[in-house]
Amino acid sequence: MKHIALATLMAATALPALAEDVKVIGVSIPAATHGWAGGMNFHAQEAVNRLEDVYPGLDFVLATASDPSKQVNDIEDMLATRNISALVVLPFESEPLTGPVAAVADSGAWVTVVDRGLAQEGIEDLYVAGDNPGFGRVSGEYMVEAMPDGGKIVALRGIPTTIDNERVEGFQAAIEGSGIEIVGMEHGNWNRDDSFTVMQDFLSKHPQLDAVWASDDDMAIGVLAAIEAAGRDDIQFVLGGAGMKEMIKRTADGDAMIPANVTYPPSMIATAIEMTAVGMTSTAPVAGTFTIGSVLVTQDNAMDFYYPDSPF
Amino acid sequence: MTLDLKVLGPILALIVLIAVGASLNENFLSAGNITNVLSRSAFIGIIAVGMTFVITAGGLDLSVGSMAAFIAGLMILVMNGLLDTLGPGLPLVLAGMVTALVVGTLAGAVNGFLITTMRIEAFIVTLGTMGIYRSLVTWLADGGTLSLDFGMRTVIRPLYYGGILGIAWPIIVFALVAVIGEVVMRRAAFGRHAAAVGSNDQVARYSSVNVNRVRLLTYVFLGILVGIATIMYVPRLGSASSSTGVLWELEAIAAVIIGGTMLKGGFGRVWSTVIGVLILSLIDNILNLTDGVSPYLNGAIQGVIIILAVILQRERKAEG
Repeated sequence: MKHIALATLMAATALPALAEDVKVIGVSIPAATHGWAGGMNFHAQEAVNRLEDVYPGLDFVLATASDPSKQVNDIEDMLATRNISALVVLPFESEPLTGPVAAVADSGAWVTVVDRGLAQEGIEDLYVAGDNPGFGRVSGEYMVEAMPDGGKIVALRGIPTTIDNERVEGFQAAIEGSGIEIVGMEHGNWNRDDSFTVMQDFLSKHPQLDAVWASDDDMAIGVLAAIEAAGRDDIQFVLGGAGMKEMIKRTADGDAMIPANVTYPPSMIATAIEMTAVGMTSTAPVAGTFTIGSVLVTQDNAMDFYYPDSPF
Repeated sequence: MTLDLKVLGPILALIVLIAVGASLNENFLSAGNITNVLSRSAFIGIIAVGMTFVITAGGLDLSVGSMAAFIAGLMILVMNGLLDTLGPGLPLVLAGMVTALVVGTLAGAVNGFLITTMRIEAFIVTLGTMGIYRSLVTWLADGGTLSLDFGMRTVIRPLYYGGILGIAWPIIVFALVAVIGEVVMRRAAFGRHAAAVGSNDQVARYSSVNVNRVRLLTYVFLGILVGIATIMYVPRLGSASSSTGVLWELEAIAAVIIGGTMLKGGFGRVWSTVIGVLILSLIDNILNLTDGVSPYLNGAIQGVIIILAVILQRERKAEG
């Protein structure tokens, strides 16, 4: 991915004569440090490649950052050396990125913020947001529907962040009064190994469980391995989330342990880049907030969410 | 008597933890839970035995977590690549094992070469290779996850989940590595040389110990042990990604230090490293089995225990 970004960079610097009428759009995203981010990188790259063909008047600079301070440097470099007309940014963390992104907005460039909002309101022109409370709510509503008589479940949480808190609050609100009881909740950190360990311990602690809300497909894989190793057959199903291709495939194939999924598409970065490109090249208004809803995936519609080429 | 207490310190801490765990949850001492805890300790444990030698010889290796992820990634790629030629069976499992051991040996040798022959600080070298292996596995996986071909999973699963007489393989291997490590540290010339090098490399050199060779070998052995740990790790979930093995290096170093090996080198105990590993795993296990402690505080409790363990060892230094 990086070498393509570099090639884009070199191609752009090799043609300074075109710089007058070509608008540059900077795209700054976190590096592929986990599955979801890997998918997001894939979709960002694909969107950039496609849009460069579609719009000859646009040039893209894609930078991936392994930590917030690297991302700040990337954005400062884009502003100082590439004279960007627009910035599409998925902030690593809200607080440290707010200042640098505000500086880009002050320079007169268009700013599109994706997924994680900035700490200060009103900086961005367009906000393409994932719906974390909705993710939790849809998950909870599915649980209620799948377990009409209630039951005991355990829940795995992600890395302690606002995103995780919003999801869990949405989930808890949705199952309230349904007879579903969360008997244990621990952080699996969106990580297969951590969730495997946590699930093993949950299985030791609770002799009888009806279902698991793994809240993420990486964590669902760890949970499923722990259940299989323990040979437990009391657990009827595991609900993951985010739509990893392997898990979507198993839902499509009718795997009873994974009857559903809830999307939180990493391709939302492509939506943001595309809308920004439209805003740069046409008179169509794209300012405002665009919330990408979390959708319930079941066997019936699973193939609509299956992207075999994506790494996630 | 005071000396006895210091040697017994880690054991007492382990006994206290087991008592606490047993009183909090009746399933704590069940065979299933004990197997779980020992099996999952095996990865860090096998690595920590090697780390004990590296630290005893006055070195440090920060790259082992990334190295494990990289080896796991390569092992999966090789096995997937050879699946059509060898078919899903024992030869393919052996090919995967050989890959892990060869890559582990080479990776350890590279660390050791840069540290001894090129005379670069161990901290710097392994900080560098840590970043390199982590990036390489991310690159191999194209930012996603490398997964073992599904047909292969059932063949390789027993490596983690199977065993002899109800004792899981990871536990058997961990025990063997620990026993061999303890014997080498106590009885073999290599163990005494490692301690001599870590204590004072000038004196060791005058005593005709080949200092560079001893140092290099500690890193090579650690690399091989990382390979062995990875052989146990891959069958568990059949996948490797950039989040594999994150912070294993610090857990291994913490286990070594809790066990009473001195971070500045010169003295090491393998058996108490094993106790250190078990202490760290049990803390997590007990926190998962009990309610009442916020999971946000897990890291804080581990931190307190590591610092307490080091405070207990301060007296030894005063005695000289």
